[in-house]
Amino acid sequence: MPAKTLGPHLRGGDGISPLRWNWLAYASPVRFDPLARHAAPWCFAAAALLALAGLWVGFFVAPTDAQQGEVYRIIFLHVPAAWMSMFLYLVMAGYCALALVLRTRLSAMMASALAPTGALFTFIALWTGALWGRPTWGTWWVWDARLTSELILLFLYLGFLALENAIDEPRRAERACAVLALAGVVNIPVIYFSVQWWNTLHQGASVSLTAAPSMAATMLAGMLLMTLACWAYAAGVALVRVRCILRERGVLHP
Amino acid sequence: MSIEAIEQTAARGLSADPLALEADGQGAARQSVTAACLALLRHDLAIAWHQRAGVVASVVFFVIAASLFPLAIGPGLRTLGSLAPGILWVCALLASMLSLSHLFAQEHADGSLDQLVLSPHPLALLVLAKVGAHWLTTGLPLVVLAPALALQYGLPPDDGLRIAGSLLAGTPVLGLIGALGAALTLGTRGGAVLLCVIVLPLCVPVLVFGVGAGLGEAPAFPLLGACLALALFLCPLATAAALRIAME
Repeated sequence: MPAKTLGPHLRGGDGISPLRWNWLAYASPVRFDPLARHAAPWCFAAAALLALAGLWVGFFVAPTDAQQGEVYRIIFLHVPAAWMSMFLYLVMAGYCALALVLRTRLSAMMASALAPTGALFTFIALWTGALWGRPTWGTWWVWDARLTSELILLFLYLGFLALENAIDEPRRAERACAVLALAGVVNIPVIYFSVQWWNTLHQGASVSLTAAPSMAATMLAGMLLMTLACWAYAAGVALVRVRCILRERGVLHP
Repeated sequence: MSIEAIEQTAARGLSADPLALEADGQGAARQSVTAACLALLRHDLAIAWHQRAGVVASVVFFVIAASLFPLAIGPGLRTLGSLAPGILWVCALLASMLSLSHLFAQEHADGSLDQLVLSPHPLALLVLAKVGAHWLTTGLPLVVLAPALALQYGLPPDDGLRIAGSLLAGTPVLGLIGALGAALTLGTRGGAVLLCVIVLPLCVPVLVFGVGAGLGEAPAFPLLGACLALALFLCPLATAAALRIAME
């Protein structure tokens, strides 16, 4: 959208200097909705292209791993999903902080829109991790520090979704879930540290955990492309979902 | 409260709430924060004493749950001994969560929660008083019973006392975190199960450090103390915010 077509309230100040954007104007659902409607298809298209590129690099360009053979290629879905699960929780907590501080309902709705996608990525990370563990470690699950922390992250997401579902009144639900998400994000370093300490203390497992395969440049490139694809997908889905939430909660009318 | 004061508050349409704010003409409360918190503590302890069946029930739950594990695992005392700190800690965690779901329920039902939220005293300190009373009635009995249950698991008395010490430092943290959950789930359908779902992930560090302290592993007890210090500061503030959100 060229700056010329937008009113002075969006260009900021006197409407003469075009470079000062009033980003807070997009906290208004009426202004945000057209932006989301236009941006979502672009996000999905970018996600599709990046995923194609990433999977092509991952399956055809990246070399066979010396220790694990071809099995390691699940890393191109597992690691991006894990990174996105953690990143989306941070973004969700950021939106929740904005919602509590600035009292913008759209921020809380963005957090609600991101939560199911974050939970999905966490589940994908755990599932692909199990599928990777079976041939390499010989077991579907192991109480590794990282896996256990990821499992607890899934529980944090599920708690957020459960609380949102349990409170009928939407404003109260948004603010209560915001407090819960902030309590979770403050807790995450403590949880990770405690789980890591617990794991190193009880390391008597006969399973020797192989480190991540030594990264050839092509492997890293594939992983980064897939991460960007997951990021674009998450953004697109969140924009579509927040438009639905705006209508569900009666803020906008279809 | 004197008869005149009760009549005065009744005339103003306020319930005879435990804080008994003696207001003068300008509306300033003459009661100090400490006095208010102590009054709330005494009030909750009195109520818990009059309804001691509920308090005893949560303690009985702890004992029953701890007795279920040997039935499930088998009577071998060596296995049970190695598992005892973990089992006792999980049972204490579940007992705390179940009893915390109605921390604010009584006040919410009869309307005195509004009085607490609107009082001039810091809500975080009032919450701390309530959680303290709750811990005295439900957490402390678990600490006292733990050495006896440890004997049931074939542990020597020293180990039992160490587990009791870890519970002494850990159950207040569980109470503080659970109070946040209770404030968030105030009046919702879902009850104790919803509280458990949202609070148990947050209690994982306490569980890990608590069992470590029960086993005597090196930095666990100071870490548990650190959790207690952090929780004492942060949880009442968060709980007060959650109560205000629930009462809007």
